[in-house]
Amino acid sequence: MDERKIVLQVKDLQTTFFTDSGEIPAVDHIDFHLKEGEILGIVGESGCGKSVTSLSIMGLVPKPPGKVVGGEILFEDKDLLAMNEKQMRRIRGNDIAMIFQEPMTSLNPLFSIGNQMTEAVRIHEKGWSKKKAEGKAVEMLKLVGLPRAKEMMRDYPHQLSGGMRQRVMIAMALVCDPKVLIADEPTTALDVTIQAQILKLMRELNTRLNTAVLLITHDLGVVAETCERVIVMYAGQIIEEASVKMIFEDPQHPYTKGLIQSVPDMRYKKERLYSIPGSVPKPGSIQQGCRFAARCEFAFDRCLTEDPELYETSAVHQTRCFLYDREGVEQHDNKALIES
Amino acid sequence: MSEFVPKVDGITKNKIEKTAGPWREAWNGFKKSKVAVAGMGIVLFFILLAGFGFLAEQGYLGQNIGLEGINDQKLSDRLLPPSSEYWFGTDDLGRDIFSRIVHGARISLWVGFFSVIGSVVVGSALGIVAGYYGRWVDTIISRVFDIMLAFPSILLAIAIVSVLGPNLQNALIAIAVINVPNFGRLIRSKVLSIKEDEYITAAKGIGMKDARILFSHILPNSMAPVIVQGTLAIATAILEAAALGFLGLGAQAPMPEWGKMLADSKSFLHSAPWTMIFPGIAIMLTVLGFNLMGDGLRDALDPKMKS
Repeated sequence: MDERKIVLQVKDLQTTFFTDSGEIPAVDHIDFHLKEGEILGIVGESGCGKSVTSLSIMGLVPKPPGKVVGGEILFEDKDLLAMNEKQMRRIRGNDIAMIFQEPMTSLNPLFSIGNQMTEAVRIHEKGWSKKKAEGKAVEMLKLVGLPRAKEMMRDYPHQLSGGMRQRVMIAMALVCDPKVLIADEPTTALDVTIQAQILKLMRELNTRLNTAVLLITHDLGVVAETCERVIVMYAGQIIEEASVKMIFEDPQHPYTKGLIQSVPDMRYKKERLYSIPGSVPKPGSIQQGCRFAARCEFAFDRCLTEDPELYETSAVHQTRCFLYDREGVEQHDNKALIES
Repeated sequence: MSEFVPKVDGITKNKIEKTAGPWREAWNGFKKSKVAVAGMGIVLFFILLAGFGFLAEQGYLGQNIGLEGINDQKLSDRLLPPSSEYWFGTDDLGRDIFSRIVHGARISLWVGFFSVIGSVVVGSALGIVAGYYGRWVDTIISRVFDIMLAFPSILLAIAIVSVLGPNLQNALIAIAVINVPNFGRLIRSKVLSIKEDEYITAAKGIGMKDARILFSHILPNSMAPVIVQGTLAIATAILEAAALGFLGLGAQAPMPEWGKMLADSKSFLHSAPWTMIFPGIAIMLTVLGFNLMGDGLRDALDPKMKS
């Protein structure tokens, strides 16, 4: 039903951190794809591997201790993991750009906005004169909705507000018209009104420039507002993947259900907000069975011994839970259980 | 600060438009401390004094400015107390102490500046490499620094000068060498923290090269503590040069180096104290000036003091 071309495909990605206290598989066999002009959300709690996934794509995993140990990341059918640093540098910024969580620290405090924007332009357009690059920089600043862009070129990062800085970061990331924009919690450090503005801007730019966006967040509200498709991650694995509509209308994995229930709802007055019992296990600490089993109210024997796969429950929906295993024997009983 | 600027013929003349860069902001912070400005005044005074001595020696200022040559000896005027003719008195060879102090300013500042520049350049290069690349490079460089710091610095300087031969230039080299680990470690620690900063990741994210990140992002951002440490180190270097001069390992007679002057006059401490007091005051004032200025710079550049 969706005939758009796939620009980025992640296949069986594994990124492991080798620390003194053992190996930590932060990203554990992840598969997903991103289509042209699509906004894909990755949600999950802190430490579930969403940021590491994005850094793996950019080739910016801090090493040591981190290392991509397996899998493929295909950008337009070229494997990014097989590239050397020089080839990778050409991809970064040109084809795939990234914006970060902290707009406060993502700009070099010593240089003016113009200085940094122009530098970003000229890294990729080597032949450009300073003047031409400055023109492009101003144009980009205007594109992201910054008033008095020309004057702002002379400003220093500390003179701008968080929202403005994040706009500058977006402008900088989009300078060379990348095909994929990875946004790692772009609105987490901003207050709610600014957050809404930035999300709106990202949606607008997405439609206008047809840039595919990989939006990493822990905020389901952001996902609902912005994304087309959502991936829910837990302890380094994808546990559910669905269209945004399906995730909210019919969450299948008990963890996703828990997440959605724990978002406060303004319409009803509740005694106490729902919370998932227990806490996120350290990646790699669960050797056997479903990673969520210990916190899951529907867990049964099989969950503790076998690793669930991603089961396809509809064309746009996949869940890593035995409750949805069509071939599983206990399927019916448990389906009844979950619906009761 | 922001004052209301009325509209004149539809044109708003806004003076606040001029944006203050981080360096300008630091200068504004520096200006606030009177002690620091006083320190800078002292330093500037000695720099002017050194320049004045240089011009006088080159003969640009004419003959009759009251400043004697470095080695103009008048044996009839030996060990005279301060007077209107000899402001600071004369030494055992009948040389005017005031003139020698003026000329000596040049030597002390020269040693101070260039030894610190030497240690900053070498120390920064090693520190950046150690901090940015880490691993075995870091281990080797850091251990060498540790070994160098294990020696009492003046002892190390004496050892270096003994190997190279006692003269002012070698004293300068020795002082530069013993200060390298201080700067190296300072820069290394700064680089270690800066390279984890998000704007470095962001710079990598837009495809910037390692070398460019090092020199245009990490280096300028790690300079603030170096400037502070450098200013303070000039003071120490001047003291160390004076100490080496005093021990006969730095400047050789008849150079008017302050430490050397102290050493030469130590036998007249009782009979002609001015031969010691004035060079001593000169050393003290210069060192004090650099220290006050360094403290002021630290307050102005310390990231913790910034909002």
